[in-house]
Amino acid sequence: MSNAIGALFGRSPIRPVQEHMAKAQNCVALLGEILEAGFNNEWQKAEELFQAISTAENAADKLERDIRIHLPKSLFLPVARSDLIDLVRYQDRMSNRAKEIAGLVVGRKMQTPENLVGLMREHYQNALNTSTQALKAINELDELLVAGFGGREAVFVEGLVVELDRLKNKSESSQSELRSCLFDMEDSLQPIEAVFLYKVIDKIEEIAGIAYKLGGSLLLLVAR
Amino acid sequence: MSEILSQYGFIFLVLACVFAFFMAWGVGANDVANAMGTSVGAGAITIKQAILIAMVFEFAGAYLAGGEVTSTIRSGILDIEKAGFEEAPELLIYGMLSALLAAGMWLLIASRRGWPVSTTHSIIGAIVGFAVVGISPDAVKWGQVWSIVASWVVSPLVSGLAAFLLFWSVQKLILDTADPFRNAKKYVPFYIFLVGFVISMVTLVKGLRHVGLELSFIQSTIFAAVIGMFAMMVGIFFMRGIKEDKHENEDFHFASVERIFGVLMIFTACSMAFAHGSNDVANAIGPLAAINGVVQSGGVFAAESKLPVWILLLGGVGIASGLATLGYKVIATIGKNITELTPSRGFAAELAAATTVVIASGTGIPVSTTHTLVGAVLGVGLARGIGALDLRVVGKIFLSWIVTLPIGAGFSIIIFFILRAIFG
Repeated sequence: MSNAIGALFGRSPIRPVQEHMAKAQNCVALLGEILEAGFNNEWQKAEELFQAISTAENAADKLERDIRIHLPKSLFLPVARSDLIDLVRYQDRMSNRAKEIAGLVVGRKMQTPENLVGLMREHYQNALNTSTQALKAINELDELLVAGFGGREAVFVEGLVVELDRLKNKSESSQSELRSCLFDMEDSLQPIEAVFLYKVIDKIEEIAGIAYKLGGSLLLLVAR
Repeated sequence: MSEILSQYGFIFLVLACVFAFFMAWGVGANDVANAMGTSVGAGAITIKQAILIAMVFEFAGAYLAGGEVTSTIRSGILDIEKAGFEEAPELLIYGMLSALLAAGMWLLIASRRGWPVSTTHSIIGAIVGFAVVGISPDAVKWGQVWSIVASWVVSPLVSGLAAFLLFWSVQKLILDTADPFRNAKKYVPFYIFLVGFVISMVTLVKGLRHVGLELSFIQSTIFAAVIGMFAMMVGIFFMRGIKEDKHENEDFHFASVERIFGVLMIFTACSMAFAHGSNDVANAIGPLAAINGVVQSGGVFAAESKLPVWILLLGGVGIASGLATLGYKVIATIGKNITELTPSRGFAAELAAATTVVIASGTGIPVSTTHTLVGAVLGVGLARGIGALDLRVVGKIFLSWIVTLPIGAGFSIIIFFILRAIFG
């Protein structure tokens, strides 16, 4: 049957992009559980959680591919196609990073020195807060669409991104604090153990960094 | 009286009725769905309500405002004198029968393949086709034909611009404000007034002499304002029960606002059906009216003859039966495809398209309702209002537009020569 009107409407990428962000956030949240299991030396549980994060990351990858496939050049969108692809790329990087860290922690059964556990928890919490804030901003995409990507709704999203900036700075300071504590106790650690801890600390900060960049490209998308 | 006419007149008339009914059935099965699908897709009305609205308002549009386009198709495209129809009136009958059958066949083929063709383009192509090849290029009033073709370009542009402006006003007045829900309750009644006013104004100014109503411009304005006010009252009555629901707004802040726009969309759906009836029913019954005129008068062309009511009825019943047998299925498919269109956008597109089509109907210009609606949807898209539009479909529509004219013409030429060979 001929129905030009029905065929005219393409699949809107907005909801899938939001779903993808929820999946990425889920990976970051699972990383927290893995870290906790590691602190308690529950490696059986950590292994199971690693399976879960792998599955979640795969699902996010699949959705990302799906979103890209459904964004042909012939689609007329209210936002720049390249901006949308940037968003999804950052989101995907977030889930990748979470899985990478999980792999490092579980693969080497990471031993966190007793006096670093508290700081490590805080550092992870800062990264999680940043990505949660990014999720909140991405969840405004459908409202932005209704409001035509301007006016009050755009100002509201800008506010969310400003807060994102603050949260990312917090994560940077917990990173340096952790690093200096680690430096002070380097002598008491196996060298490889220390290098490995530095790496995990940096990568956790990267999650906050990616969430921050995600906010930046969301602003770009709104501004155009 | 011509010999052929007196011998076969009744057969011609029966054939014309059958073909016209078939064509009207096709319009109801396919075309109405495009007009109503947006409302169903936006979730403003159910399929059953869409069919009910379509039946009532398609018929009202055809009966109250369909006369002008019908008379254009019946006698505005061909030059009776230069074509020599006065000496050989049967040629007009063969031609109109071929045009009906050709357009009907092409629509059947195209819709089975899923090509977005327009009933209007098919019938105009078919009429011009048989006249140029079967009679002579002089038989066509080219000035009139070119202005129709120009309107096919202009109507989507105009409705696109109107939709853009309408949606922009909605953003400024309602969506982009501190309290969208309160402003929606405040301003949506005015949009409802606008729907009732504009549609009835155009219809009244064009004239309702055939139903025994003759009004001056001032009287028409007052009358249209009264209809607009009445629509507004009904709208306010429906909106009364809509309360802001904090729970549904948690995930999506505009959920309650969209329910208010849903009420508005019931009215735009009615106007869309009215507009469609006023313009597209003519594609089916215009040729029938021409044939009936020749047969009844025995080949004498009166300067102005009245359009018999039974012809309008046949068109209306044809459309309704097309809707009832197949149309609801097409409406359902379209509705499923366009869930992205929320009532706040859908209404802007429908009101813009309906107004454009009704104005065209008032001036007697046959335009494509579907193309006009596509233009309106693109207008909303340009205001950054729609998640995703597939521009390939717009390309396909443009292509089918170009292809339909020669194919409709070709079919009609072949059938014309066959009919002439049979009846002499």
